[in-house]
Amino acid sequence: MLSSTAENLFWMARYMERSENTARLLTGLYHMSLLPARRGAQAGLWEGLFQSEAERNAYLAKYDAFKTDPVLTYMVLDRENPSSIRSCVWSARENVRATRHVLTTDMWETINSTWLDIAKTTYADMQDMGHHEFLEWIKVRSHLFRGVAHGTMRRGEAFEFWRMGVFIERAENTIRLLAARAHTFKPTGPISREDTATLDYYQWGTLLRSVNAYKAYREIYKSQIDPRRVVELLTLNEEIPRSVMACVEEICQVLEGLRPRSRCFEQSRDLLNRLQSARIERVYRTGMARFLEDYRAGLHDLSLQIQKDFLMIQ
Amino acid sequence: MHAANGDIRAAYRDYSAWLTDQSLERLRQKHAQADLLFRRLGITFTVYGEDEGGERLIPFDVIPRIISHEEWSVLERGAIQRVDALNAFLHDIYHEQEIIRAGIVPAELVMTNEAFQPQMLGLDLPRRVYAHVSGVDVVRVDDKTFYVLEDNVRTPSGVSYMLENRETMMRLFPDLFAQSVVAPVDRYAEYLLRSLQAVAPAGVDDPTVVLMTPGQYNSAYFEHAFLAMEMGIELVEGRDLFVDSGSMFMRTTEGPKRVDVIYRRVDDGFIDPLAFNPDSALGVPGMLSVVRSGRVTVCNAMGTGVADDKAMYCFVPDMIRFYLGEEPVLQNVPTYSCRKPDDLKYVLDNIADLVVKEVHGSGGYGMLVGPKATKAECDDFKRRLKAEPDNYIAQPTLALSTCPTLVEEGIAPRHVDLRPYVLSGDKTRVVPGGLTRVALKPGSLVVNSSQGGGTKDTWVLEAPVVIEEEE
Repeated sequence: MLSSTAENLFWMARYMERSENTARLLTGLYHMSLLPARRGAQAGLWEGLFQSEAERNAYLAKYDAFKTDPVLTYMVLDRENPSSIRSCVWSARENVRATRHVLTTDMWETINSTWLDIAKTTYADMQDMGHHEFLEWIKVRSHLFRGVAHGTMRRGEAFEFWRMGVFIERAENTIRLLAARAHTFKPTGPISREDTATLDYYQWGTLLRSVNAYKAYREIYKSQIDPRRVVELLTLNEEIPRSVMACVEEICQVLEGLRPRSRCFEQSRDLLNRLQSARIERVYRTGMARFLEDYRAGLHDLSLQIQKDFLMIQ
Repeated sequence: MHAANGDIRAAYRDYSAWLTDQSLERLRQKHAQADLLFRRLGITFTVYGEDEGGERLIPFDVIPRIISHEEWSVLERGAIQRVDALNAFLHDIYHEQEIIRAGIVPAELVMTNEAFQPQMLGLDLPRRVYAHVSGVDVVRVDDKTFYVLEDNVRTPSGVSYMLENRETMMRLFPDLFAQSVVAPVDRYAEYLLRSLQAVAPAGVDDPTVVLMTPGQYNSAYFEHAFLAMEMGIELVEGRDLFVDSGSMFMRTTEGPKRVDVIYRRVDDGFIDPLAFNPDSALGVPGMLSVVRSGRVTVCNAMGTGVADDKAMYCFVPDMIRFYLGEEPVLQNVPTYSCRKPDDLKYVLDNIADLVVKEVHGSGGYGMLVGPKATKAECDDFKRRLKAEPDNYIAQPTLALSTCPTLVEEGIAPRHVDLRPYVLSGDKTRVVPGGLTRVALKPGSLVVNSSQGGGTKDTWVLEAPVVIEEEE
């Protein structure tokens, strides 16, 4: 396969996955924003979404404050924000368009009709439909695309590059989700023990729901929601499809099939080992934020190495 | 649909009966369905200078153009004859130049032609084919006569519409196809691949063929991707290709892979920054040197543009006689070549009755339709003609045939032309059909998509099957 085709497939998968993950993140935060203000959850809620200085500045160049309406407008529909859901769908669609000759017609039609719908959506439309419903729709479109890919693509190289993109993006997103949460939900001002427990329940419970792992948490831990266990579940548990562990295992599998003697396969094995030997108590002692940041950097390096090994970067 | 005497043409008889039974409402519904289908499939062309909204649909008309078997056999023979003569001409002017020595084509018309590539002189191409894919534009002017408007032998486009229009019609009107005798067109891609494989460099048994596109922002990108997919070959851009040790390679996930035949949809000027336009980022540095050493075949060959020049067009009937020793099957439109003083005088005196075109113009730009032009426009063109007579030709406005078309007011006649696609390789072939373009504005003769033209499915009816009874 052409290297440039592999690159397009990789990014197509990443952008589509990213749009879904942003929708998940926003659903969770939107849910939180509806909680009674005295719980202290609203302070810094939307601001926590913007983790880097550059992201914050780009937003503040357009809007004064981090409030529900402008943040949702910016994150969902803004065509100048390269990470808005609309931009991600557009980029995914452009990558599909460039490689449509190696993809199935169903894949093209699915993403193209998603794009045609979102392209004409205004913020007022989104309000009419309901924020929750709209974000749900994005998720459904992403599910559909993934389902179509699974159901129609020939099991060849194209399929593997698509999978690789999905799992790298998903791993990075789960980390991002956890980091955002850890960052956002530091309550401001004095609150009671009871309120803290309630807050944990809402905040981490919402996070679990946003990755469809709430039920799994209940089944596995059979106890109240504890941030430490949530992090353990979403990083180290290989049974949860959106956990970092599950994603890295998939990446290793793909690379082993494609290029077992490559540098990038080696790197993916290292990343997997790091997770397999990690213990949540130790992660918590050394600092969760640092652990997440290191791991995210590791995934980023892997992504670059993949692009080098398959000549996707010249 | 109607012959000169007002009768319904034989080819339309069945369809016309069917159409009479259809309500306008149903047709409009089908039209809307077709639009939706095209939009969903992304069968679009890109309009330059617009961002994400820049993809447009070419209007599609649900009423087909129908051509009888007899008419088609003439067209087919004529189109093949023309392309064979053009290929012989291209080989000749890049070799012995006998047609110039015989005094038939003026030397300066060839040598000073912008599309003439001195780099191609003396080069022997596989099977002597230069124009592997040609689009011969024809119009019907009366019951018997087809005129050729243009021979497109550089990088003719539109064939994906021929195929998708048929696909759409079959989805919308399955009942019409079930019992009809419409010749299928869907083998085009297979024939194209066969032609491309047939011109691989000598000694290559299982050639790797690729389709080279300027990229996804090119107006015809949809077509490039479509054809690559239909043929099951790689769709490459300049950046995917490179020259190494005198051969052409593409970058793949498993390392470099050799390329033998390139069906390119990039114009000459952009294809090799070392040989042509040095600013081109679309091409492959050194491509021409690999062509020259015979280790890759580029289709259509560089330098074919000489033959689809509007000035060269006048000589095509002579080429047919000179190279094939045959009389032309298809007629040229009578053409005044403004480089000839007598012709120029005639054009200046009769400009209001003529269509004046730039020799190198395309897409309906740079032309004057005399009967539709104002006096000021005519005067302006006269000035241009006097300043640069060599740059223009003129033709009488033709009484083009029309075809019933679904428009705002209902079903109305609109002017059409037709582009059959001719493939040359191991042999010269035409798929029974072509791209019919239709001028959607009442009375308009301009069918170009950039000027608001649309397309129709083109039906060539098969010969009636004669069932011989066994005795």
